[in-house]
Amino acid sequence: MNSKKDTLLISLLAVFIGILLGVVILIASGHSPMILFNALLRGTFGINLTMGTGLNLRYLGEFIVFSMPIILTGLSVGFAYRTGLFNIGAEGQVMVGGMASVVVAIMVPLPGVLHVIACVAAGALAGALWGFIPGLLKSKFNVHEVVVCIMLNYTGMYFSNWVVRALPGSTESKTAMIPASASLNSDFLSGLTGNSRLNWGILIVIASVLLYWFIIEKTSFGYSLRATGFNKEGARYAGLKVDRNIITSMMISGAFAGLAGTIVALGVFNQGRTLAAFENYGFDGIAVGLVGACNAIGIVLAGLLFGMLKVAQPIMQIAGVPKQIGEIISSSIVLFVAMQYGIKIIIGRIAKRRLEKKEGSVSQ
Amino acid sequence: MTYAVEMLNITKDFPGIRANDNVTVKVEKGTIHALLGENGAGKSTLMSILFGLYQPTSGTIRINEKEVNITDPNVATALGIGMVHQHFKLIECFTVTENIILGMEPTKHGMVDTKSAAAKIKELSELYGLNVEPNSLISDISVGMQQRVEILKMLYRNADILIFDEPTAVLTPQEIEDLMEIMKRLVKEGKSILLITHKLKEIKAVADKCSVLRRGKYIGTVDVKDTDEEKMAEMMVGREVSFTVDKKDAKPGDVVLQIRNLNVKNSKGVLGVKDFSLDVRAGEVVGLAGIDGNGQSELVFALTGMSPIESGQILLDGEDITHKSIKERCNLGMGHIPEDRHKHGLILDFPLKENFIIHEYNEAPFCKNMILQEKEIDKNAEVLIEEFDVRSGEGKDSLTRSMSGGNQQKAIVAREIHRSPKLLIVVQPTRGLDVGAIEYIHKRIIEERDKGKAILMVSLELDEVLDVSDRIAVIFDGCLNGVMDAKATNENELGLLMSGSLRKDGAACEQ
Repeated sequence: MNSKKDTLLISLLAVFIGILLGVVILIASGHSPMILFNALLRGTFGINLTMGTGLNLRYLGEFIVFSMPIILTGLSVGFAYRTGLFNIGAEGQVMVGGMASVVVAIMVPLPGVLHVIACVAAGALAGALWGFIPGLLKSKFNVHEVVVCIMLNYTGMYFSNWVVRALPGSTESKTAMIPASASLNSDFLSGLTGNSRLNWGILIVIASVLLYWFIIEKTSFGYSLRATGFNKEGARYAGLKVDRNIITSMMISGAFAGLAGTIVALGVFNQGRTLAAFENYGFDGIAVGLVGACNAIGIVLAGLLFGMLKVAQPIMQIAGVPKQIGEIISSSIVLFVAMQYGIKIIIGRIAKRRLEKKEGSVSQ
Repeated sequence: MTYAVEMLNITKDFPGIRANDNVTVKVEKGTIHALLGENGAGKSTLMSILFGLYQPTSGTIRINEKEVNITDPNVATALGIGMVHQHFKLIECFTVTENIILGMEPTKHGMVDTKSAAAKIKELSELYGLNVEPNSLISDISVGMQQRVEILKMLYRNADILIFDEPTAVLTPQEIEDLMEIMKRLVKEGKSILLITHKLKEIKAVADKCSVLRRGKYIGTVDVKDTDEEKMAEMMVGREVSFTVDKKDAKPGDVVLQIRNLNVKNSKGVLGVKDFSLDVRAGEVVGLAGIDGNGQSELVFALTGMSPIESGQILLDGEDITHKSIKERCNLGMGHIPEDRHKHGLILDFPLKENFIIHEYNEAPFCKNMILQEKEIDKNAEVLIEEFDVRSGEGKDSLTRSMSGGNQQKAIVAREIHRSPKLLIVVQPTRGLDVGAIEYIHKRIIEERDKGKAILMVSLELDEVLDVSDRIAVIFDGCLNGVMDAKATNENELGLLMSGSLRKDGAACEQ
């Protein structure tokens, strides 16, 4: 059986069907289907079919910048899910993570590279703390983590807004710019990609993906988390520390989400911002984690797909496609990818029928 | 003589394996026909073909003397074939009636007409002596009753050919007797029954004919009344099987497990184990006999640390472990083969090899500096698979969920016995296993005993308790009702003690 190859083929087929539906929607709403292909190519690589311009590295850089935080929130949701927990609180963890990084950037002057390291650590820690609360309540009092997480999303947003406004030099909507020593900006990476906003945050993303894979698949700790996630009672029977696993898993999950907030604050905006509403990094992370089947490579690919759709949308809008239609198209693609299992069944049935026909004709 | 089902020269190939090899089974109308075979002999595949879940590679099927092509389960249902699966397919929060009509709800003015359905179900239930109350919730009725609902589901769909897939695996001895009566009643009313099982006693009790499969091959069909259990076992396994456990007298040593005045609450919040005291010595097997639900599970949960106790004391090798964690007890030398293999015994979504290390995943040699040592894990799995003959599609990498129940059980037994703990608590060790595997597991338990380990074995099967144990403790209504020498007692006396009709001194509690 070629199950790995099959999985890849089915994923590609799912994306293809999703795009096909997008084309149908565009035609039905009176637009040229080329707009979609153009937007995807242009948003990702800067290739413009109608104008005939080729690869533009700045677009590639921006596309990666868009994908980075949702890969991290995807890891966050995926990690909790592997332990049988649903971390719908990545949204709040992202915001407190970003806020904590900015606080350290502005309030704790440290020499050289130590400064940025401390800022990143603060982001991860704040996210971990925001994950610790639902983990603790779940393990000690059996309060469902979804309820606590949703509430903490709001708490996280308003608390972060309050802290951001209280920092010296802040206005109603944002903090002062952070010192260069705390920034993740990279002239090198930016220069490499035609002055895009690509920054050192990419190293954090790569390290997180490797760490995720390593912890889950290779360590004894990951083993106990997976056992707990698959069968809590079975894990308890074997003497695994189920309660402790729930807390640690939520903390690690929160740390990944916190880092997403960090790289947005220190790498893209270089300042803290107050938010009037959620930015959906955490919610996108749910889809990325699940579409990526909660494994490291899957999450990276799903994150890149989401990033691609995100950068394609404004381009479609410029081409005259209403924002709503653009969103319907992106959602359909995600939907089909999420429906992989269904596609697999359908393919299985077609294959079976074909085989039967063949067998039938042979026996006759 | 007419045949209800004829499966002629059926062969079914799966990639890399021939599951059925030229199998012929003919079921006469109005009889019970047993299909006997070891775990993995191809019984389920054959029945899946009859039920339309698989297509045979070659061979023909005739139903009521007409050749048919069963392409899917709907065709099977239309032909009057019904199946009671080993694991019931019922919706817990629906009533009996709602479950039965699901998928073919009768309507009246566009609304579901449960009333007339309930009346029809009541009628069927009375005709076959099933005693099912149509308006009860599934979650409120016993496992035995749930199985009757499954039977009614087939009857409601006018099935004439009924397939029972290991129907007694989940039942208590009393429920098994009732089921046997029901099956006899069904054939009396003209139904034909195909009974998949590996329990020879039940075949002897109800079946008319018995067809035997071994490793996919058809061995033969015998008249049950002309044969005996030994003969059928030999056909099934391919060699002579000993039903009695071959063992020397026990040489009991020091007390390993001491249970002192233990009180444990059950899930309903009342005492399930009452003032229970028992010793288990090194080098002996103590069997705990009792009717299901008399406190065995609560006792085992308390001993292994899976649930808290009210009062009392548990000592392992003289050390008080009453308040120690599951892990600590495990490290002190307690092994546990749990009753519920799916809920507790295995992580079904793990590959087999990962299930083998669940107690030692974070210890050398399986783990160094928190990193799993895959080579050691593989090696360990290969040893256990070889030694305990655990069969599965992809060996150590098989997803545990994909393995047959018997092999899942063997995997747990392998893991627990291989650690050779000084106290082994064994609950229903051979449930769902064929005679060959039962023989092997009993032999391994006795080997552990002879190595000087203490063994507490909880079983609902009296034969097993009598065969394997050196001493037998009886539990009734949470109380100890006598400890007997296994050689000096018999099924009758145990039955009386288990039902509370006879009280032994030492039965500490009164009603």
